[in-house]
Amino acid sequence: MTAATAPPRSELTFAKARGSRKIKNNIATSLVSLAFAIALIPLIWLLWTVISKGYHVIFSSGWWTSDQAGIDPRVKGGGALAAIIGTAEQVALCTVISVPVGLLVGVFLVEYGRGLFARVTTFMVDILTGIPSIVAALFIYALFVTTLGGIGAGWLVSLALVILMIPVIVRTTEEMLRLVPNELREASYALGIPKWKTIVRVVIPTAFSGLITGIVLGVARVAGETAPLLILVGYSATTNMNLFSNPQSTLPGFINQEFININTSSGTAAYHLDANGNRVAGAVANYAPDRLWGAALTLIIIVMALNLIARLIGRRNKVAS
Amino acid sequence: MAKRIETKDLNIYYGKFLAVSEVSLTVAPRSITAFIGPSGCGKSTVLRTLNRMHEVIAGARVEGRVLLDGDDIYANGIDPVNVRRTIGMVFQRPNPFPTMSIYDNVVAGLKLNSRRLKRSETDAVVEKSLRGANLWEEVRDRLDKPGAGLSGGQQQRLCIARAIAVEPQVLLMDEPCSALDPISTLAIEDLIQTLKETYTIVIVTHNMQQAARVSDRTAFFNLAAVGKPGQLVEMDDTEKIFANPSDRRTEDYISGRFG
Repeated sequence: MTAATAPPRSELTFAKARGSRKIKNNIATSLVSLAFAIALIPLIWLLWTVISKGYHVIFSSGWWTSDQAGIDPRVKGGGALAAIIGTAEQVALCTVISVPVGLLVGVFLVEYGRGLFARVTTFMVDILTGIPSIVAALFIYALFVTTLGGIGAGWLVSLALVILMIPVIVRTTEEMLRLVPNELREASYALGIPKWKTIVRVVIPTAFSGLITGIVLGVARVAGETAPLLILVGYSATTNMNLFSNPQSTLPGFINQEFININTSSGTAAYHLDANGNRVAGAVANYAPDRLWGAALTLIIIVMALNLIARLIGRRNKVAS
Repeated sequence: MAKRIETKDLNIYYGKFLAVSEVSLTVAPRSITAFIGPSGCGKSTVLRTLNRMHEVIAGARVEGRVLLDGDDIYANGIDPVNVRRTIGMVFQRPNPFPTMSIYDNVVAGLKLNSRRLKRSETDAVVEKSLRGANLWEEVRDRLDKPGAGLSGGQQQRLCIARAIAVEPQVLLMDEPCSALDPISTLAIEDLIQTLKETYTIVIVTHNMQQAARVSDRTAFFNLAAVGKPGQLVEMDDTEKIFANPSDRRTEDYISGRFG
């Protein structure tokens, strides 16, 4: 806009102020965008690496339907079925135990928790949140394997994962329930609805999509945990459906195993990757790196699929506003 | 079905803090009583003690008696849940349950009190309550739509429908129009006048014109001084309170000299 006449004094000072504010605004906008880009670069890079190295593996025949039984790293073929089954079983058992406990503790802390007991509970949950997975694994090992003897099994992993998952669920449940306005609770009480029914029929449905998100975050957190697997369940090339005895394959365990297999060589020349991840010339075929990236991509896909399902469930129950 | 409320020497505490002291008043059945007074004088607190809603806040407690047709609602063995079924409440901000449809909002009080009702019975309750709240014509075609999708005034009438669906004896209203525009306010005020034929109504309001328009009796609450507990200054017929109050402080307040 061009004004025909000179603007009055006051407008000039306004224009000046606007100029300096504009600069500040631009600086802040660039900083925020830069931070966003910095946060995004590693994520996209990581996804690109995993997808580019893994996509041909997960589309190869037998990846979703066969295991690694009797398959040498130097032999093409085999699949991740054993690992997918193991991870699914262990995470499912962990979720079945953790979700009710975590939800109930969260409900207790928000709706009933007063006084010393609640404060102690909050404190313990805080401590649990910070426990490294390997410590949880050692605890379960000491509790069951050393006392009962024998070798590890999938359910022990589930128990170790429970220790890691409960605090995640308690925290998100707490946050989500605190977001439910007190006015809704009061509206319910004022109708003569008892407290427990107010929680079950008004508070929890209102927070439902948030609670589902919390559960999925918990699942995603534990699905990739590796330390408990190494200590408690080992690795099995063959499919072991039994959660309660003998080693099981899992996706992180599979990745770890294939990482070890990278250096498996035949008699002639050792196969290895150079710094750029390319195969060094003259190397014999070794399919361990392919399987490793394939398993990594499979793990990401499963977690993302869960996330997507949770969002759909959440959206169906979305609170109209 | 309307009942009389009496309070006797009511002292209300939040923890050790005495919020309101020595309130004795009587609310006649099938009448509208307005509580007026400056902010923080305890009128909402008194209202909430009438159906034991203040107990929701940690540390809140009451000395003295609140009688509903002579029965002390604070007597030993009285369940606050039952008190609230008898004495309903409408809040300052419309608060329909966001996960429920209009229909489910109205019957929430019945359904969640685990009364088994046939569909035809709940249909009847919904229509009756929504008609009672003067909302039926506006929502009859979209009962299955979310209650939160209505306008603010409609939401507040939905909340009134929800409150009267459980057929309380008394209806407490805590500034029910303060979040609404003038037209919705008028709709609610008209509604209150009709509800008076069936219910005992106590309404807290910041709006003195509203108190003058709708109520039969008016109670004026005030703080003796900052930090001192709130108290009931006087209670009388609304006409008298606004035309010729017996207490100087009431006159100062309604003539706008403070508050």
